[in-house]
Amino acid sequence: MKYIEPHGHMVSRTTDDYQKIAQAGCEILCEPAFWAGFDRTSPEGFYDYYCQLTEYEPKRAAKFGIQHYTWLCINPKEAEDAEFAREVMQIIPDFLDKPNVLGIGEIGLNKNTKNELAIFEEHVELAKKYDLPILIHTPHLEDKLKGTRLILDALKNAQVDPARVVIDHVEEHTIQSVLNAGFWAGMTLYPESKCSGARAIDMLEMYGMEQVWMNSACDWGISDPLAVIKCALEMKQRQYNAQMVEKVIYENPKDFLQQCPNFSI
Amino acid sequence: MKATKQDIQNLYFMDSRHKLLDIAAFLDRLDRHNGEADFRHPAFMKALEAMQSPPKGITRTQAVHHSLSDHSDEPIEKATMQSAYGAVYES
Repeated sequence: MKYIEPHGHMVSRTTDDYQKIAQAGCEILCEPAFWAGFDRTSPEGFYDYYCQLTEYEPKRAAKFGIQHYTWLCINPKEAEDAEFAREVMQIIPDFLDKPNVLGIGEIGLNKNTKNELAIFEEHVELAKKYDLPILIHTPHLEDKLKGTRLILDALKNAQVDPARVVIDHVEEHTIQSVLNAGFWAGMTLYPESKCSGARAIDMLEMYGMEQVWMNSACDWGISDPLAVIKCALEMKQRQYNAQMVEKVIYENPKDFLQQCPNFSI
Repeated sequence: MKATKQDIQNLYFMDSRHKLLDIAAFLDRLDRHNGEADFRHPAFMKALEAMQSPPKGITRTQAVHHSLSDHSDEPIEKATMQSAYGAVYES
């Protein structure tokens, strides 16, 4: 069945993974800029990374018939050094007119620090300046509840249009506040942290199927690039019909992404 | 939701039974080994209690999340680490 992978870090995955997700029905993949597992030591390192996301990776995906899009930012794990982050952010506008750039992301918080929050707010202003949608990373584990609250407060203060913002990695204790505020919610299907397929379907049952998507966020850690399609199969086991499954794994992400000027099917 | 309670049990009982035994074995393993467990052990036990008796108005899953979450309001001055423990650090 066809589906969109709205969040995958393919720079960390093998070409075999592209083959597998293409065979599983993935037609479009979106890759937010993120932490590479280590801190980069210069803005030039990010320049090369943005070139990889906007030039090389789309070609790699195209070999398997997958449209590749990207989101650009400096991720929150490397935003603790605010001056360094600001140097990197000066590069970003040079890439915003690349044809596969969707918007600003994945920005957000990691350990909920003052510097992370300042850089997050500056990214939001950058998105507003260029009239671009935003993809947001919420912190891990014990930091998620607080981080989500800080992010929602900051977005309220920034007066962004919530319909153009997706807040990712929601779990049972954060999804309701995200949806109630009018934002989109992303559920990340991870083998260890974040959310399982079964729990994601539970959240669909409890909070509805509007303004939500599912993603694998597959990266260099323990993660599964086929997580979305496996969850779709689990939805069928739970007696969801094909139309409902397609809404969650294809129509919903398509609806959100169509707000991005460069997105087309 | 078309699936019934019976359907849900048919789909998830064995898997959940397996995970329950994994939790029990993890706690037994901790009991058996030398040294002192850190703050994560009492946090885990508290989360188990929260699961069994969730506060009114929230689900068991939400109760576990809340039990393992930082409930402070203000951003911290500076990060001392990049990763997370899974439970709120208490020295």
